[in-house]
Amino acid sequence: MLLEVEGLCVNYGHIEAIRDISFGVPEGTVTTLIGANGAGKTTTLKTVSGLRKVRAGSIRFEGKDITSIEPYNRVKLGISQSPEGRRCFIGMTVRENLEMGAFTRKDRKTAAYREDLDRVLGLFPRLDERIDQIAGTMSGGEQQMLAMGRALMSRPRLLLLDEPSMGLAPKLIQQIFSIITEINEQGTTVLLVEQNAAQALKRSHDAHILETGSIVRTGTGKELAGDPAVKAAYLGGDV
Amino acid sequence: MNFEFFFNNLPELTITGLAFGAIYALIALGYTMVYGVLQLINFAHSEVFMYGTFATLWTVIALNAADANGVKLIAILIVALFASMALSALIALALERVAYRRLIERDAPRLIALISAIGASFVLAELMGLRDRIAGWFGLDDDLSEYVGKARINNSMAGTLEKPRFDVGGVSISSIDIIVIVAAVGMMVLLDQFVRRSRLGKGIRATAQDPETASLMGVNPTRTIQVTFLIGGLMAGVAAFLYMLKIDTTKYDVGFLLGVKAFTAAVLGGIGNLRGALLGGLVLGVAENWGQALFGGEWRDVIAFVLLVLILLVRPTGLLGESLGKARA
Ligand SMILES: Nc1ncnc2c1ncn2[C@@H]1O[C@H](COP(=O)(O)OP(=O)(O)OP(=O)(O)O)[C@@H](O)[C@H]1O
Ligand SMILES: [Mg+2]
Repeated sequence: MLLEVEGLCVNYGHIEAIRDISFGVPEGTVTTLIGANGAGKTTTLKTVSGLRKVRAGSIRFEGKDITSIEPYNRVKLGISQSPEGRRCFIGMTVRENLEMGAFTRKDRKTAAYREDLDRVLGLFPRLDERIDQIAGTMSGGEQQMLAMGRALMSRPRLLLLDEPSMGLAPKLIQQIFSIITEINEQGTTVLLVEQNAAQALKRSHDAHILETGSIVRTGTGKELAGDPAVKAAYLGGDV
Repeated sequence: MNFEFFFNNLPELTITGLAFGAIYALIALGYTMVYGVLQLINFAHSEVFMYGTFATLWTVIALNAADANGVKLIAILIVALFASMALSALIALALERVAYRRLIERDAPRLIALISAIGASFVLAELMGLRDRIAGWFGLDDDLSEYVGKARINNSMAGTLEKPRFDVGGVSISSIDIIVIVAAVGMMVLLDQFVRRSRLGKGIRATAQDPETASLMGVNPTRTIQVTFLIGGLMAGVAAFLYMLKIDTTKYDVGFLLGVKAFTAAVLGGIGNLRGALLGGLVLGVAENWGQALFGGEWRDVIAFVLLVLILLVRPTGLLGESLGKARA
């Protein structure tokens, strides 16, 4: 297991957003969390990246306990997040945003860095075309690509994606999902949060269903996609 | 209104105004950068400047600049500049640590931090204003009072420096004014480039715009805030040194008016905006000096604030608007 979450509880004041959840993300997989609005998906990802403190439970990454490590130090360990709502640095150019993604890297002047930049720009040719554009003036879809590209620039072992398809046109959704598969095939483990359950389940190895802060179902992507109860609750007819 | 005097001396009035404005601008940087990163007005920044003026004064007196000239004098002034920058930076960092860090870490409302800032400002000013008494507690009163001057009156290094003037096409220009303007503008350009291009500078801009996402990139927020205070302190130290070159005299409460003026300059240019601080400072300095020539010295501060109100009526976000986070590279 690359990531192991055990007995995790997270509160906002008195609200229990996450109640005792445990799951793992095996190395090399795409693992997906699906669930209704407010189920606690974002909270789970934020806790993995360190933005939220745990009330109880532990998080292990590559076997090492990282529960109390600050978020800015988790990046160095190889955890990178593309946050909900993209959160690009809107006053910076595309290039500067990508450079921010590589903030912790010491090799920014080397060929290896250049190669990673080329790889990201290869995944998202649109970013290459707009490399000197101010991020705030880009479309929602372009900003989503930038947020993902930025997260890749730290060369993460584990990439956390929070609803990358949110607000995108169907064609672009297809494209984003195939890029996620491509990223995964290039060797990055992905923990994905999605509302677009049909697409997400089709492309993930493992999946967990969250309901009001608890995991209620676990299975492979295929199993859950074919499960009648899951179909009724999350796939809402065919997509 | 004294139009004749004004028009006959316009070049001189403008240059002196620019020199004052450059000093305002350097102090304004501290307000504007901290505001950009924390949305907090560091009201104690005026005291950061005040300590710099004393560091300059004491260095110049201790190293006997009055008897020096040529290379030795320049060396003494460089030492004084570094002393001023060092003390100001130290005070700025101490402020961050003592007056703000706990509040920021615990997400206290900005209003609370503001009260903390005002309190810190009084404490720092009075520590300087009561320094002879504090020295007295340690039995140092007599040794020190002669050397550092009486605490609550003007302390001057006047006479230690010659300030040659030169003539350009019939306009008499003070060499000090030119040094002040060139040094201040040079520092601003350096800082601007640092914030735009360097890795640390980008970290500051990212934190100003979205601290949470910046931390996801690996930016340590506490370190970034420290660097911001450090830069503000260093710039205030340069301002303090230049101020002493120009004015010669300081006092424990010198920071108050200078601080208010610099804060005004920052707001005038667009708080949170580095280039705005420079523009705001220069505009304010020149406007004040012109106004003083036209209406008389007692109107100087009135003009500064009337100008502020007028500009904010037309452009509520200041001349250049935009914040540090949104500032375009
Ligand atoms: N900052 C906060 N303060 C208080 N409560 C919060 C906060 N953030 C989230 N919550 C609550 O925690 C619960 C889980 O929220 P979370 O954002 O993790 O849901 P989600 O599964 O990501 O939902 P969505 O699909 O709408 O993004 C919700 O009930 C939400 O109201
Ligand atoms: Mg969410």
